[in-house]
Amino acid sequence: MPNRSQIQARAAMMRVRFEAAGAQVVDTPLLQPAETLLDLYGEDIRARAYVTSDALRGEQMLRPDFTLPVVQMHMTDGAEPARYTYSGEVFRRQEHDPDRSNEYIQVGYEVFERNDPAGADAEVFSLFALQLRGLPLRAATGDIGILTAAVQGLRTTDRRKAALMRHLWRPRRFRVLLDRFAGRKPEPEHRTMLLEAADPMGFEVPMIGKRRAAEIEARIDALREDRETPPISDNELAGLESLLTVRETMPFALEQLRDVAVDLPQITPALDRLEARIAALQARGVDVSRLDFEAAYGRTSMEYYDGFVFGFYAEGRPDLPPIATGGRYDALTRQLGNGAEIPAVGGVLRPDLMLEIEEAAQ
Amino acid sequence: MSLKLGVPSKGRLMEKTFSWFEKRGITLSRSGSDREYAGKVEGIDGVSLILLSAGEIPRELAAGRIHLGVTGTDLVHEKLPRWEQQIEEISPLGFGKADLIIATPACWVDVETLDDLDAAAAAFRKTHGHRLRIATKYHRLVREFLTDAGVADYTLVDSQGATEGTVMNETAEAIADITSTGETLRANHLKILSDGLILQSQATLWRSRVASYGVGEKEVLSELLDRLN
Repeated sequence: MPNRSQIQARAAMMRVRFEAAGAQVVDTPLLQPAETLLDLYGEDIRARAYVTSDALRGEQMLRPDFTLPVVQMHMTDGAEPARYTYSGEVFRRQEHDPDRSNEYIQVGYEVFERNDPAGADAEVFSLFALQLRGLPLRAATGDIGILTAAVQGLRTTDRRKAALMRHLWRPRRFRVLLDRFAGRKPEPEHRTMLLEAADPMGFEVPMIGKRRAAEIEARIDALREDRETPPISDNELAGLESLLTVRETMPFALEQLRDVAVDLPQITPALDRLEARIAALQARGVDVSRLDFEAAYGRTSMEYYDGFVFGFYAEGRPDLPPIATGGRYDALTRQLGNGAEIPAVGGVLRPDLMLEIEEAAQ
Repeated sequence: MSLKLGVPSKGRLMEKTFSWFEKRGITLSRSGSDREYAGKVEGIDGVSLILLSAGEIPRELAAGRIHLGVTGTDLVHEKLPRWEQQIEEISPLGFGKADLIIATPACWVDVETLDDLDAAAAAFRKTHGHRLRIATKYHRLVREFLTDAGVADYTLVDSQGATEGTVMNETAEAIADITSTGETLRANHLKILSDGLILQSQATLWRSRVASYGVGEKEVLSELLDRLN
């Protein structure tokens, strides 16, 4: 196993390469305010990050990743365009797998750039591929933006679209909602009783708690309205289903997705962006004819990404976490920007795993 | 050396554990005064009784400081993420039965399932600007359960006692707690979600897989297990 100083030396070397590509070196505090992370990731982050606290500052988390503080830093006082690189420890709680590290070094590269998103995507991916050259890795790519566009363009109510968008990251839940909105699941009995009651609010129990009667009534109204909404059409549903199964090398994936766009024309602009990205990758010397593209890639693990996503995995080592991951997170800059926003793309690499694979290969 | 048996140090759990062993010909008792947490074992040689808080027994078993211990399934699952690797279930004891459940105000007529809870949480966050609070002391179990069910926009707030009162006091919107009869829930105008059962718990005798067992302890253990079956 590589030791800490070997890992740090490799990290430093990788960071220098990113500097050579034009990035400015940045660092962030190890302790991050828990509130921002909780707002972004929800309660699940507690299972993955170490939480500590003091009476003055309240809850703090040991930095679970760099992206969030780097985005915050850029949104408060960054110049435009900007490229950043960093290396340092991140901390992840491990409750299920004792073989996974709870502390490891990440090296990252982030690009904040308004004018050429396809170019920026290709820049990040090809620089990562360069850092990883020679290692027996498999790259996977995807694009969350295509699925998002498909959902947002459905011919149904905004409320249904919002519900689907909210659970885009939870495939099982997304499926349940989709089946319900497509009229494939019968209405649960308790709901029928509630919605058909002459006075659903005429209950005997006292009103308690911060959720007021008006909020309960509003939900009942929303459910009644939803009941009158026609189901999502078979065409659209079939389109969504075939979209999610696309798994091909990049050019063929694009071809298949263009077929899907016959049923789901709303994805066409996102597909044009994919096409531009393929061209930009090619221009940077990436062999796109051998690069995998999965339309559902990144849906379960990469929650703040909303466009291009990618990962590098060790061949024949399914026990290892990805060696590098990254993607586009335009919406995150909006969320943290207090009104400002800027398209952004970036990712992180794991020098410890790179060294481990190299050692094993020797 | 002797085989160390950890038993809850007070209350009904202790008494019922004592009588469970008594029926099997083993008399456990507190030695000396009621205030002293030392114990006595009669009816079998080579076993020593350690009186502990029920909440500490999982940890002591996992650390191998006691060989056997009596505590609830809820506490084991909450405190030991990989409990199967550290301890083994010997026998459920048939008492201390309780369900860990999710309950909401009974007046939430629109919320019957986890699915409804999730929808209500999304709307609640929009209206109130903070996530829907669920009071509990079982953070890990509740979080894993809700993650698995795909519930979002909630936050867990810690409540080590009188959890049923948090909703009325508006320090939480819902609770996750253990209940046996549902009486306290009803008295506090709460109802259980129809798919809100997280875990069925009861007092159980566990064996530590990591404690060291010398020749003597192995013999005592197999004699004890014979007597208990």
